[in-house]
Amino acid sequence: MSAQPKSLFEKVWDAHAVRILANGQTQLLIGTHLIHEVTSPQAFGMLRDLGLKVAFPHRTFATVDHIVPTNELVEPYKDNLAQAMMDELRKNCAQFGVTFFDRASGKQGIVHIVGPEQGITQPGTTIACGDSHTSTHGAFGAIAFGIGTSQVRDVLATQTMALGALKVRRIEVNGKLRAGVYAKDVILHIIRLTGVNGGTGFAYEYAGSTFDAFTMEERMTVCNMSIEGGARVGYVNPDETTFAYLKGRPYSPTGASWDAAVARWRSFASDTGCRYDDVIKINADDVAPSVTWGINPGQGISITENIPSPETATSDDDRAGIIEALEYMKLPAGKPIKGVKIDVAFIGSCTNGRLSDFQEVAKYVKGHKVAPGVRAIAVPGSQIVGLQCEKLGLDKILIEAGFEWRAAGCSMCLAMNPDKLIGDELCASSSNRNFKGRQGSITGRTVLMSPVMVAAAAVTGVVSDAREVFAVN
Amino acid sequence: MALAKITSVSGRGVYVPGNDIDTDRIIPARFMKCVVFDGLGEFLFYDVRHTPEGVPTGHPIDKPEHKGATVLLSGANFGCGSSREHAPQAIHKAGFRAVIAENFAEIFFGNSTTLGIPCVQAAREDIAKVAAAIEKNPALEITVDVTALEVRFGSDKITITQRESARDGLINGRWDAIGDLIDGLTAVQATAAKLPYMSAA
Repeated sequence: MSAQPKSLFEKVWDAHAVRILANGQTQLLIGTHLIHEVTSPQAFGMLRDLGLKVAFPHRTFATVDHIVPTNELVEPYKDNLAQAMMDELRKNCAQFGVTFFDRASGKQGIVHIVGPEQGITQPGTTIACGDSHTSTHGAFGAIAFGIGTSQVRDVLATQTMALGALKVRRIEVNGKLRAGVYAKDVILHIIRLTGVNGGTGFAYEYAGSTFDAFTMEERMTVCNMSIEGGARVGYVNPDETTFAYLKGRPYSPTGASWDAAVARWRSFASDTGCRYDDVIKINADDVAPSVTWGINPGQGISITENIPSPETATSDDDRAGIIEALEYMKLPAGKPIKGVKIDVAFIGSCTNGRLSDFQEVAKYVKGHKVAPGVRAIAVPGSQIVGLQCEKLGLDKILIEAGFEWRAAGCSMCLAMNPDKLIGDELCASSSNRNFKGRQGSITGRTVLMSPVMVAAAAVTGVVSDAREVFAVN
Repeated sequence: MALAKITSVSGRGVYVPGNDIDTDRIIPARFMKCVVFDGLGEFLFYDVRHTPEGVPTGHPIDKPEHKGATVLLSGANFGCGSSREHAPQAIHKAGFRAVIAENFAEIFFGNSTTLGIPCVQAAREDIAKVAAAIEKNPALEITVDVTALEVRFGSDKITITQRESARDGLINGRWDAIGDLIDGLTAVQATAAKLPYMSAA
């Protein structure tokens, strides 16, 4: 092979580069456009104003996730604004010929769960969606971008957007994770190391034996939170695990074209010896069950550590950050995070709302009860995930333990629906952001962790080490 | 599609201190239940401008002396988190025409540029210098010169940086790419034809 070794990012970029624009950016073909109700209505409005149509309606897929109530199935929804957004998306999809996975289709769910589930998300492709967690799809070896509404317009109208190339940082995690340590802990660990803006300007290539051994759902959990470390794009090279996941999905190729597709997908994986702009190596053994204590996802510690105090700050910025976070979180400096009282437990979201998340939780909560005074809700990421859980009886185990079992949606991850924190409630959450007010109350507090850690907090009523609560070893 | 050439922005400034100001803070999610961007300006930074009871907290952008400011100054990693364009839309609709920060989150930066809002980077001590000058004289005119890559205020000035593609787009009136992208549609079809997954099922 005489060609210069290339990374997956470069190969996918080169295959989709249409031309160089006057400002030096690349007009990049976006093969798959995923849309939802919150960031698309204005884009369709702009399209109408410009008298344009959707360039590739067959490569555009819609679902509804952010605003759907998870405890109210029949329209019209009580919230008029939510209903208006629902109606707008339905109208736009019908008018512009876009496939809409609505509730009636039985395929509705969080857009980042629906794409992979349907086999729409494929290796070697480019994907865009008006949502920063679009990086999730990178788990399949796709280059997937979160975009704003004007870019949603650009992609609707031209199936392309203007973009500058990113640098590539390889994040290698090697070894076997310890018992009770999950993919969620890996990404929280990475963000803690790099900080919340360490990834700005980079695409992350996640690799190493830990990732090789991960299931697709675990890879998705990590790629999902790339943006929380500042990286707009995160991906894993496609391999047999990827192909096995995709085989037989509704939008996956079949017959002879399946074999051709697999060969093609395989060719996109980064070449041995390709150049990276940066490399980080992490030992899987160093990753512990992690929780956040602050107001951004980089403010995390292992469950056995103490909450930082201003005195332990490493810089002025760090000190200011700690003071602001502790004041908002109402947490005691220098004390263990373990034992902090929780009010709400939330399992769900595009980070951790997949079948394996509920399987793992059900395995441990069976026979336990949610602590008195704790509101615990479990929200499947899609209707299909919900159905799979119900077929396995996981819903019954969760309900028996004291969780509410809901319909699919984004739910309390961002609270654009009735699922919200009240006052300064503290939520043990399997979601991705612990920003101030993120979960719907201006003083609400979020502690991010893996679903099993949320379950441990739910049954004890305090932030806990799931390994102790559930005797994991 | 002729766009204005945005070579500089002049006006009063307001400093909103802090690092990692995320887009949830810039525009809380509940205000995104809308199908148009109109009216978002009044909800800019809403939850830090008000107590849970709705009482104004005296946020810098609400101070009478900063009314009508068009240049927003802040800290590092401004606009991190959600990709919501509602954030730069709210900033724009609240009257701001330029943002100066130590650095910006990727998606926010792109969204703002596409709306013709120059986001320029400056060193922390330089931002502090401008903030101090505003503090001393809130009526001071601040000029963000995108062409010369400097911010002038009173008799002083600081150096700024900006990604070249954004600067080029702003000063040459091609900050919104839609026209260029449409011009390339024939080439787009050609690229798509080479990719098996792009063909209609």
